[in-house]
Amino acid sequence: MNRKIRVLVAKVGLNGHDRGAKVVARALRDAGMEVIYTGLHLTPEQVVETAIQEDVDVIGVSILSGAHMVLFMRLQELLKENKMDNILILCGGVIPEDDASKLEDIGIDKIFGPGTNTKEIVNFIVSKVKK
Amino acid sequence: MNLAERILDGDRKAVATLITLVENNSPESIKQLSILHSHCGNAHVIGVTGAPGCGKSTLIGKLTTEYRKLGKKVGIISIDPTSPFTGGAFLGDRIRMQEHFTDKDIFIRSMGSRGSLGGIAKSTADTVKILDAFGKDIIFIETIGAGQADVEIAKIALTLLVVTMPGSGDDVQAIKAGILEIGDVFVINKADIPGTEQAELYLEQMLNLTSYPAEKWKPRVMKTSASLNTGITELADAIQSHMEYLKKSGEIGAKLREKTRLEFMALVKQNITRYILEHVIKKGELEEIVERIIKQQIDPYSAADELVEKIFSE
Repeated sequence: MNRKIRVLVAKVGLNGHDRGAKVVARALRDAGMEVIYTGLHLTPEQVVETAIQEDVDVIGVSILSGAHMVLFMRLQELLKENKMDNILILCGGVIPEDDASKLEDIGIDKIFGPGTNTKEIVNFIVSKVKK
Repeated sequence: MNLAERILDGDRKAVATLITLVENNSPESIKQLSILHSHCGNAHVIGVTGAPGCGKSTLIGKLTTEYRKLGKKVGIISIDPTSPFTGGAFLGDRIRMQEHFTDKDIFIRSMGSRGSLGGIAKSTADTVKILDAFGKDIIFIETIGAGQADVEIAKIALTLLVVTMPGSGDDVQAIKAGILEIGDVFVINKADIPGTEQAELYLEQMLNLTSYPAEKWKPRVMKTSASLNTGITELADAIQSHMEYLKKSGEIGAKLREKTRLEFMALVKQNITRYILEHVIKKGELEEIVERIIKQQIDPYSAADELVEKIFSE
């Protein structure tokens, strides 16, 4: 079997700072994963539809605009509607500590804030994705 | 319902799941592909090749918009290179087609080449079948875009677009072997930048070096600007003309025969090899022979002959 971990990296909402997303995307590629990089200004609907078609194992969303609560809730709603419970949901960007636990409550698997070592992200994904 | 049945029923998730199984060489995919086979043959498969950065993805996005206006359902397979060092891939073609993400009649799948040479992935042909059986009228295959060696696509596409851009080289470049030999429609994209007339001239001169009998298809040279959305309708018309030519001339039958033959032979070889390696050759037998070759007790050519004779005399 030639199984690869497929990761969708997206920036959702109006925020345009994508350096972090690109750094993470490259690190995942260098760790042997297939990264579907979808760029800026995506809606939660676009993210979920992409995740369906690309049959991804992980969705990594980067939000630095402060809209994370609204956008992630919408994302979770759509994922549930489409019965996509097996996907790992990761979050990057600027997330205040108070919101971090709320996000984890609605099912976000892990938040990787600024300064995270990319190795940590790789190891987390590898340990969680069932082959 | 099994995956094939769900796909024929219109289930997008089943399509995505089966494509993954095919990419991963999973044995269960074979049964599903067998079921889907008789539902294939409707789609117009359009290959899109050309050097990196010429605008293939953007062009496919714009053509898709045209086809959607005509009510056609579209499938897009975009292949990007898999790193030979890490096994990973950065799949960045889909990003050029964001406007199509939520259209349920468009299915876009990004894939890594996973070691295949020649511009497409090993699983690309089977993925085309899946999308065909799923009901897509048009299926675009976007090759890696390594340039002149991306020729595998010619075996599975009915119409091949070769995309280039102004400034890509001179008249000598235009006659080198490879993708320039197999294009049905040449597209000079980014035709808004300087050098377009020159590029058109080189391509047309190259085409004029060959003589095309009146009843055969003479490749067309089109100019587009995908980002400015010009020349797209004309390109779609040229693609349609090519399809009409294929049907009228009967060449479509010849292409299908060749494609079927190549595919069947490849499967036969694969199955024979796998059977022999799994059931006939004993454990360690091949390694023993390798040792003998290293010790100069036998040369590899004779060793291979001996082994095959032994296998078939048993």
